[in-house]
Amino acid sequence: MAFNDPQANETGMQSKAEKNVWLLAFLTFLVVSVAGIVEIVPLFYLDSAMPAKNIPGVVWKRAAGQSLDDWKEGDGVRPLKPLELAGRDIYQREGCYLCHSQMIRPFRDEKERYGHYSLASESMYDHPFQWGSKRTGPDLARVGGKYSNEWHKQHLKAPRSVVPESVMPNYPWLFENTVDGETLKSHMRGLRTVGVPYTDADIESAAKVTGRYEIDAVVAYLQVLGTMVKFQEGVEYRE
Amino acid sequence: MEEAAAEQKYNFDVVRWFAVMTAVYLVVGASVGVYIASELAWPVLNLDSPYLSFGRLRPLHTNAVIFAFGGSILMASAFYTVQRTCGVKLWSNKLAWFTFIGWNLIIVAAVITLPLGLTQSKEYAELEWPIDLAIAVVWLTYMFNFMMTIANRKTKHIYVSNWFFMGMMIMITILHVVNSAAIPVGAFKSYSVYSGVQDAMIQWWWGHNAVGFYLTAGFLGIMYYFVPKQANRPVFSYRLSVIHFWALMFGYVWLGAHHLQYTALPDWTGSLGAAVSIAMIIPSWGGAVNGMMTLSGAWDKLRNDYILRFLILSLAFYAMSTFEGPIMSIKTVNALSHYTDWTIGHVHSGALGWVAMVGIGALYHMIPKLFHTPIYSQKLINMHFWTATVGTVIYIVAMWVSGIMQGLMWRAYDDYGTLAYTFAESVEAMHPYYVMRAIGGGIFLLGAVIMLYNIIMTVLKAKSEGSVKAAQTAAVTA
Repeated sequence: MAFNDPQANETGMQSKAEKNVWLLAFLTFLVVSVAGIVEIVPLFYLDSAMPAKNIPGVVWKRAAGQSLDDWKEGDGVRPLKPLELAGRDIYQREGCYLCHSQMIRPFRDEKERYGHYSLASESMYDHPFQWGSKRTGPDLARVGGKYSNEWHKQHLKAPRSVVPESVMPNYPWLFENTVDGETLKSHMRGLRTVGVPYTDADIESAAKVTGRYEIDAVVAYLQVLGTMVKFQEGVEYRE
Repeated sequence: MEEAAAEQKYNFDVVRWFAVMTAVYLVVGASVGVYIASELAWPVLNLDSPYLSFGRLRPLHTNAVIFAFGGSILMASAFYTVQRTCGVKLWSNKLAWFTFIGWNLIIVAAVITLPLGLTQSKEYAELEWPIDLAIAVVWLTYMFNFMMTIANRKTKHIYVSNWFFMGMMIMITILHVVNSAAIPVGAFKSYSVYSGVQDAMIQWWWGHNAVGFYLTAGFLGIMYYFVPKQANRPVFSYRLSVIHFWALMFGYVWLGAHHLQYTALPDWTGSLGAAVSIAMIIPSWGGAVNGMMTLSGAWDKLRNDYILRFLILSLAFYAMSTFEGPIMSIKTVNALSHYTDWTIGHVHSGALGWVAMVGIGALYHMIPKLFHTPIYSQKLINMHFWTATVGTVIYIVAMWVSGIMQGLMWRAYDDYGTLAYTFAESVEAMHPYYVMRAIGGGIFLLGAVIMLYNIIMTVLKAKSEGSVKAAQTAAVTA
């Protein structure tokens, strides 16, 4: 049956590719490359990938000589301070992102439950992004400031003591391990290489967090999440 | 006699090892899965230990099932089929051993580093940069050996299963290199070179194609060899397989963006991802039909061929999950399903129903041929078939119910216009389904243990009878 016969059309491209492994590999390479070029590459240069970046108060414009401590809440997105970064490292290490998202979608219920929808600019310094894909626990994109430091500590030590329905693990080891400033410095230098605007002074300031407990780092990170941008009434942050 | 001739003509040593390790890793990966499923049902099982906490074990589960189980069966079956369909030995036996040892060392490294919390925190690409480099090297040896074997072939045309295997190898190379690009800041710590929206898009371009190429194209390579072989009939339609192949290669790559709908990514990316996702139903079903219709006129074989049952049921699950996926990528459905257990259910209908079952079918087909001994027990294969099926169905039904319930509870309003449920209430409502999921997974695991036992007994029998040696030295008239 010609319909089912690979040799029916001996001169076509398909037939050529079926007889030459390198041609088949090359054609496959071309075909699988198209989507990445169309979907990914534009995100690196289109302004619409970061639609809110020029709205005042979205990205912190640091003046020369300012330190991270000169930033005030609502000044806009800034790189994480050393202790917060240490907290983020722990957040990654413990796989928090597997159960908690950091990406609020523009729906009424999400606005009421979690707050204003997330902006692209809010994760511009996040290497890698921590948006997550699953909410076994609630979204954390704007958890900063919602609970006290004491609540967070109790919750991380024994989640069910404050939320009886919770299925989160206990994290007692965060109360024993400490943070190392020297390690953190090399982390900050690495992040600077890939585009996070840390100054030499920022990196030096990491030395002072040596010896802090990991729990303090995690809480510092959680408390800054979603607090950097102060949203204004009547401003459209997306088209 | 035919198998003795194949034994002498081809190189099956590495294939035998990969095949046995496949059965071992399925038990390992599924065990970790059942354990973490139980942690969600009974959080006390985290035991206050960092090394056993859910967040560290979940990547171990996904890596073990995808890269240890999935990788072993892909490497076993690719090396097995490429020789038989090309009529030549592997291009390099030494390189194949390098691939085997390298891949297993990578798995050992994963088992050590992931519970230690050494992770890039990108889903399905958690392993840190030194291991990523090793993966790239070992993967390239696998691909190069495979392609050189094809280049040396005795047949005129390259058989369809080899297109799919090769498509997977090429795309996974691209994905792994681009997605895992990171700046090392310590021996086992690095940061992705991308951030925010770009990182999200690249991660899900990787994430969905780990599914689309590793777990679909690669396993379709398995399907296109083992289904016709086990049914002893040619593939239903050559033309359909050409369409299936090119449409899959072109189309799958676009789908990653459907994981990011309504996020901070520009809207057009998600819409584009969804549009192509829906279009993908056509080639996916074309492929499923192509596999199933291979049995056309011989359906009665399903009555007593247990291996064929695995293969055909896997195609039914393939058809089902490639229908479910596009539905979930529709924006209005995704608004409900995203972030819920429905996603987990969808993944497992593909992973348990399609990937594991087609892999298991291929394994049962290969083991007697590789060890020149009939399988220890046909009855146990049948028992495995039913435990795998029942376990999978219980698992995905539990996740459908819990996922849709979560989505509805999160968006429910009461008569006063305020949110009807707290998040904690939705967590509490999940408990029975998390228990049910752990049970379903446990039943599936039981089947995997039965298979391991069956295979070990077969190998031991082969060993005591010296059947592999006998086949290697038998006088064959070829």
